[in-house]
Amino acid sequence: MSLPPGLSSQTPPSHLVRWHSRIYAIAGLFVLLIVIAALATTIGSVKIPFLTTCQIMLSRLPWLHITPFWPSGVETIVLEIRLPRVILAGLVGAALATAGATYQGLFRNPLADPYLIGVAQGASLGAVIGFLLPATWHGMAAGVIPLFAFTGAIISTAIVYGLARVGKTLPVTTLILAGVALGALLGSIVSYLIISSGEKMHSIIFWLMGSFSLSQWADVRYVLPYVVVGTGVILLYARRLNVMQLDEEQAQQLGINVERLKIVLLVAATLITAAAVSFVGTIGFVGIVIPHAVRLLWGADHRFLLPLSVLTGAIFLILADLIARTVQAPTEIPIGVITAICGAPFFLYLLRRRKRVIF
Amino acid sequence: MIKIEIQRVCLGYAHKDILHDVSFQVLPGELLGLIGPNGSGKSTIIRALTRIIAPIRGRILLDGKDIAMIPRQELACLLGVVPQLPLLPSAFTAFEVVLMGRNPHLGLFQQESQRELDIAWHAMARTMTQHLAMRRVGELSGGEIQCLLIARVLTQETSAILLDEPTANLDIGRQVEILNLLKNLCRENNLAVLAALHDLNLAAQYCDRLILINDGRVYAQGTPGEVITAQNIKEVYGAEGCVYTHPANGLPAVLINPGNGRTPNLKIKSAHVDV
Repeated sequence: MSLPPGLSSQTPPSHLVRWHSRIYAIAGLFVLLIVIAALATTIGSVKIPFLTTCQIMLSRLPWLHITPFWPSGVETIVLEIRLPRVILAGLVGAALATAGATYQGLFRNPLADPYLIGVAQGASLGAVIGFLLPATWHGMAAGVIPLFAFTGAIISTAIVYGLARVGKTLPVTTLILAGVALGALLGSIVSYLIISSGEKMHSIIFWLMGSFSLSQWADVRYVLPYVVVGTGVILLYARRLNVMQLDEEQAQQLGINVERLKIVLLVAATLITAAAVSFVGTIGFVGIVIPHAVRLLWGADHRFLLPLSVLTGAIFLILADLIARTVQAPTEIPIGVITAICGAPFFLYLLRRRKRVIF
Repeated sequence: MIKIEIQRVCLGYAHKDILHDVSFQVLPGELLGLIGPNGSGKSTIIRALTRIIAPIRGRILLDGKDIAMIPRQELACLLGVVPQLPLLPSAFTAFEVVLMGRNPHLGLFQQESQRELDIAWHAMARTMTQHLAMRRVGELSGGEIQCLLIARVLTQETSAILLDEPTANLDIGRQVEILNLLKNLCRENNLAVLAALHDLNLAAQYCDRLILINDGRVYAQGTPGEVITAQNIKEVYGAEGCVYTHPANGLPAVLINPGNGRTPNLKIKSAHVDV
């Protein structure tokens, strides 16, 4: 486009893109995440000073030479019990918040959450079947429940996808309706199985409400690749997800292969959700509310909404897990209870304070 | 420089044919108007040109290449669209929406650079929308959104532009501004521009050629003087009208008869009834 010479302002004012404030927000939240993670590792039933905790963690870095002055029991508590738990909570929080933001953007629906198209119900059914298996199965492999939950999540999403497909296209409304219907069906099967599960009922319900109490490094190693790869793919598509907010026809006219984009994002978001819930249960509230809170604070642009959701989700779930294991120690409160009790009032406060369109 | 050719195209939705055997061309540097009654298929042609729907028969060529063979992203670098009354995400700012016009030019690993921002900002200057840049699109009026969409299509920097009722929501001043802008762009950059228009007077004043669609067929095509005649208006729209000659430029100008069959008594010196 040729431009008439002498046009008043050739360069757009920098505030138009608000990139600076958003990049500062990303950097600030990243630092906050590190600090919160370190604090959460310090706090627990055994009192360990904050500095000692930091030194124990830093002593594992190869280029720092810190001589251990602490008892080996303390090191085990920090490195083998608390740290994997904190990291897993962060990963799951990041995964659920990212998947929630992705589904909301893809479906252009503020009510969407990571469990909308059957992931949670599929994972629950898988997990319940795992719990009801004869004890000999559990002896064979420690990870029976996560394996069954993951398989259940993937199978149920695949069924929803197959049901919703019309020719070469995947209408979003049909996908949501199929997901809700199949979710209801699987949910009622889960309820029936729970009622008839006898003495295993307590552990099943505890799993369904979510808990990090059994977290180990092995769990982190399983979940990490899914979350890193899935989130990475989603972040690459952030600009296209913005264009998708117009509508499918305009998105196509702006050069987006809409059907391919839907498949890539659905697969990525579903995999990270399935990996997250398989190990810790179907934790609610994070996936729907964190993205909205981020929108309220920093706007709806997915190039910032997505990374900010990753960080905010991680921070939120680390804090929620800290509360879950400390307020009633030694008893643990299911984390799903904490996420709603602490998160909902804060979210409602944000909603009232910023009276503007957020979606 | 790009030429759009529509060759014997049939279009329709789910077994209902809307258009039969339509052929025409849009040449570089030409502003072609698409006129016709409601439901005659003007929007359907625009949707077919952007591959939203595929022709049942016939071909649509862009510089001799069938658009069915052009990947979507590449097509969006060649052909931009201003849709009619589109859905816009109300939480985005006007500038963010205009910047989306750069999307087809950016790959998966690319971000908008300063150059992208400059192009969008200039497009907003040309459409007189810079003062709206930080407003959320949910707060804007229909006319303001119309101008933003034209800024977005300019940001897309395509050699062909399609517009579906670009002046429908604009006041008379803005209609003239926007059509002047389109006409100038079309001339300066040799763009091929196709605009579906309802207002026969604007179509006559601004378009180089007109295509009149009726009952799914090309009813007439040619210069405004050839297409806009009282007889065509009566046969296609079923409305009684008088076609005058514009005193300033000799192009046809339409006045309707309000039903009682009387010819309006105009007091324009050089006007003469063209029928």
